[in-house]
Amino acid sequence: MADTTAHLDGNCLAGPLSEILSVEPTAAWWRCPQCARSGPLADLHVYGPEPGLTARCPGCAHVALRLVREEGHIWLSMGGSAGAFRFPVA
Amino acid sequence: MARAAELGRLTVAVIWRRAQLVERRPQNATARTLVFSVPGWPGHLPGQHVDVRLTADDGYQAVRSYSLAAPADGDRIELGVQSVPDGEVSPYLADALPVGMDVEVRGPLGNWFVWRPAAGEPVLLVAGGSGIVPLAAMVRAHRASGSDSALSLVYSVRGGDDVWYRDHLDDGHPGLDVRFLYTRKPPPGSIRDPARISAADLADAAAGLRPSSPVYVCGPTGFVETAADLLTGLGRDPATIRTERFG
Repeated sequence: MADTTAHLDGNCLAGPLSEILSVEPTAAWWRCPQCARSGPLADLHVYGPEPGLTARCPGCAHVALRLVREEGHIWLSMGGSAGAFRFPVA
Repeated sequence: MARAAELGRLTVAVIWRRAQLVERRPQNATARTLVFSVPGWPGHLPGQHVDVRLTADDGYQAVRSYSLAAPADGDRIELGVQSVPDGEVSPYLADALPVGMDVEVRGPLGNWFVWRPAAGEPVLLVAGGSGIVPLAAMVRAHRASGSDSALSLVYSVRGGDDVWYRDHLDDGHPGLDVRFLYTRKPPPGSIRDPARISAADLADAAAGLRPSSPVYVCGPTGFVETAADLLTGLGRDPATIRTERFG
């Protein structure tokens, strides 16, 4: 995403996730199954570099999701222990 | 109005669109505003960003995210690009991509780090360096909306030469309170000694906020972490603080 190696945040997942989700994801609420911290997807800390992105809990670094882009595919794993995103739907 | 109503929708179909560079404006030594014409652009909210995709002759592609610097304006979008030394994409966009050439953009992206002009609350914006870009879109949307709600901006930059969008920030509008924090080279006549952002800087700017008022913080990762920690230390509810880090 950026040209540097510091972590980014969940805002940068909007583009990649738009390829596989029909609902804008950065406002999705998430609760960490490890430390119980909660907040929007936008607040997750995201580590690269592309094409592999790992989003972690900003409180305890528990993995929330991993996304890997390759030609023709996106691999998405959600959490390590059944963490779930809740998307707002009309 | 149909277009404005559309912006509030939750479901989006995001596609890559051709974007033709129509204008490049320098903001400082390394920062540029790039104006693109994007046929079919659906409009956007202040704070949203786009992904830009460049494709080399051999098919190699690179994608980077850039914030939208201006409110929605038909098919025209403005991006703020900071040329990063040794960057793969930003130096090319900032200085080499010829006017008239096409890139691809995908967006608008992000529904969290956005300010909606209808909101009547006072707002605090906190920018570090090129983190000003999405916040400048909020300032300009606030101006365009005719809102009389108070908007405060705290803008940390190294020196006076590093300020982006000075024309939009320095026009003396009564609803906009701008405080420049110079970290290295304050211009002559500055009262504040050069220093990084402090709790006192933020306490002053946040004085007019309500407990529920939103705060938007954007900048390099370290700046955002520091500013968010200072704000919570001042008693701001973390749920009211929205952040965007760009590395």
